[in-house]
Amino acid sequence: MSRPQSQAEYLARLVPPSVAGINRRSLLAGAAGTGALLGTGLLAGCGDDSGSGGSSKDVSLGSNQSDPKPKDVLVKVTDGFKTSSGVQVAINTVDHNTFQENINNYLQGKPDDVFTWFAGYRMRFFAQKGLASDISDVWGKLSGYSDAFKKASTGDDGKQYFVPATYYPWAVFYRKSVWQQHGYQVPTTLDQFTALGEQMKKDGLTPIAFADKDGWPAMGTFDILNLRINGYQFHVDLMAGKEAWTSDKVKKVFDTWAGLLPLHQTDSLGRTWQEAAQSLQQKKSGMYLLGLFVGQQFSNDEQDDLDFFTFPEIDPAIGAKALDAPIDGYMMARKPKNEDSARKLLEYFGGKAAADINLKNDPAVLVANSGADVGGYTALQKKAAELVGSATEIAQFLDRDTRPDFASTVMIPALQQFIKNPKDIDGLTSSIENQKKSIFTD
Amino acid sequence: MSDLPLIQADRAVPPPASTTSTGGRRRRLRLLSRTDRVVITLMVLVPLLLVTGFVWLPAAATVLLSGTNWDGIGPLNEIEFVGARNYSDVVNIYPPFVPAIQHNLLWLAALFVVATPFGMFLAVLLDKELRGSRFYQTALYLPVVLSLALIGFVWQLLYSRDQGLINAVFGSSIDWYGDSNVNIWAVMVASGWRHVGYIMLLYLAGLKGVDPSLREAAAVDGASESRTFFRVVFPVMRPINIIVLVVTVIESLRAFDLVWVVNKGRNGLELISALVTQNVVGEASRIGFGSALATIMLVVSLVFITIYLATVMRENRE
Repeated sequence: MSRPQSQAEYLARLVPPSVAGINRRSLLAGAAGTGALLGTGLLAGCGDDSGSGGSSKDVSLGSNQSDPKPKDVLVKVTDGFKTSSGVQVAINTVDHNTFQENINNYLQGKPDDVFTWFAGYRMRFFAQKGLASDISDVWGKLSGYSDAFKKASTGDDGKQYFVPATYYPWAVFYRKSVWQQHGYQVPTTLDQFTALGEQMKKDGLTPIAFADKDGWPAMGTFDILNLRINGYQFHVDLMAGKEAWTSDKVKKVFDTWAGLLPLHQTDSLGRTWQEAAQSLQQKKSGMYLLGLFVGQQFSNDEQDDLDFFTFPEIDPAIGAKALDAPIDGYMMARKPKNEDSARKLLEYFGGKAAADINLKNDPAVLVANSGADVGGYTALQKKAAELVGSATEIAQFLDRDTRPDFASTVMIPALQQFIKNPKDIDGLTSSIENQKKSIFTD
Repeated sequence: MSDLPLIQADRAVPPPASTTSTGGRRRRLRLLSRTDRVVITLMVLVPLLLVTGFVWLPAAATVLLSGTNWDGIGPLNEIEFVGARNYSDVVNIYPPFVPAIQHNLLWLAALFVVATPFGMFLAVLLDKELRGSRFYQTALYLPVVLSLALIGFVWQLLYSRDQGLINAVFGSSIDWYGDSNVNIWAVMVASGWRHVGYIMLLYLAGLKGVDPSLREAAAVDGASESRTFFRVVFPVMRPINIIVLVVTVIESLRAFDLVWVVNKGRNGLELISALVTQNVVGEASRIGFGSALATIMLVVSLVFITIYLATVMRENRE
């Protein structure tokens, strides 16, 4: 057999020798090629933790801020730290999703001294597993944080493990021009909300834009209904696996949601949140329950037309003062190579200077430190900050407040199942409860 | 003796007559020099180590871990064994499992009944050396070369409910990727698009290798085109047929990438491979539970592997 002249011929030779009398030499060549491939793959896999050279004063920062804008902001913040302390920060940026998916291996391997992470159960989980360092002393030097933020940074043992940097509240967004045109008023009760939705339907609008292709946006709807119907403490207990999903309280959440579903945009399971946000932007939908980042789908001159209200009250005894406002921030690895500098860096991240740099450069988020110079906020940001400031309790979002394995393997399919078939609430809740019992074992 | 050329004793190939009398040991020494033996040892050892390290050990570890509820954190000696609980959970309380099995079987059937024959059909057409056949060949093979992320993106442009090409052209409002009655078929079309090109290429290579005199003989005997193909060409391509069969089974078992790109294998697109990934990859992973799913998949694959090996070995013996 001669050398293959084309890919077609080559592929034809992938026939095992048992069926086609293949020549020994070409078989060996193939094996050598596979070996080479494996070799390069291995090398590529090993080359990722080499960015920690330099002087002993240097500190390394693992970052999930892979989008251009936040990545740029982070560089500016660390530059500020270098100017004030003289310590160089080596930033290792990893793609956002990859960072989250590898966090287990990352933290057990040789993590960077400081890394970006989220508040909530996700933070407490790694603190409890001993994969993060206690930074209570850093908190002793920080100022400008409300108790809600401190609580969100505290682990199960009462010590702090997290420095909050930015956050974004969830609310119901709408276009002022559309509402003015139809003369809509902001609803403050569920009945008003439902009546408004019916009116929007009559006016030819989709009342509530809705998308759940990626699985998580519907969690926001579940969260807010649960917070309005059962309150913050129930949300925390439910997420911690202490309450039964088969209870009447949870069933009432799904019942209420089932009542609202006809007002939601149909076919949500094939739509991304960006597409749903665009239906709001194109004035086809009347409102959209989402995080502040919904503004990313609006052009600069449309930003002033965007407004929001917090989800209306359902039970007067509970009120409408709790909301989801996920916090992003920083944590310290269990054994940082340069602990002193790492603590200094965290202190700087939590300080006013870092907050000011964040605020000046990124209009899509709010800064956690109240000492920051908020004069640079847009009207929308100011209103969002006020909303969170007046909130009695701040939840982190379903997938940040519960075990990640429960959120992704049980809740996402369950909520999608509910959207497909809102009638079988009993079957749904008992299925969730069975799976919960199996997951929350320790 | 003097008229023989001078050669090194250990490189000499003895004349056939002497082998019967001198026995095997000396003969082997003469056939293989020291370098040959080192090379052969390395060639056996290195792949053996690679296969053991990258295939058998992980497979064994997966089976072991499927009996635990390990979350991927902490030292190995703290792993807690829970017996067959993961398996009973998979079967009894894990809603995506049954749809996943069904979808895998559906996938196999669709590739086997539709995509593979269609690829074969295209290969026969292209083998006719039509004008521009190189262009068609390239066009049809293109999807096989494209990265799957790109394929997912391309089809997203066609399938998006609000902004996709199909709904825009036909004025329909079908939720191709979101409606769980439709999306498995929509994804299978995308997957078949790729598979057809692959199969086409394999068959094209096979057809080029068929001895032309066979066709001539069939033509002389007055056989029609289709009769020639089914009675003469197709049986001759037996090796290729087996490869295509195996490729189709493998493709249907490892079908994963497209559903993952679309919606991470949820809502009507459940596949065993996607469920394994959902459980094992990610923060605070359910390594034990995911391993149980992976073991189930391994067992299913073993059925096909056994059938294949049995066929091949029987053939070798004949």
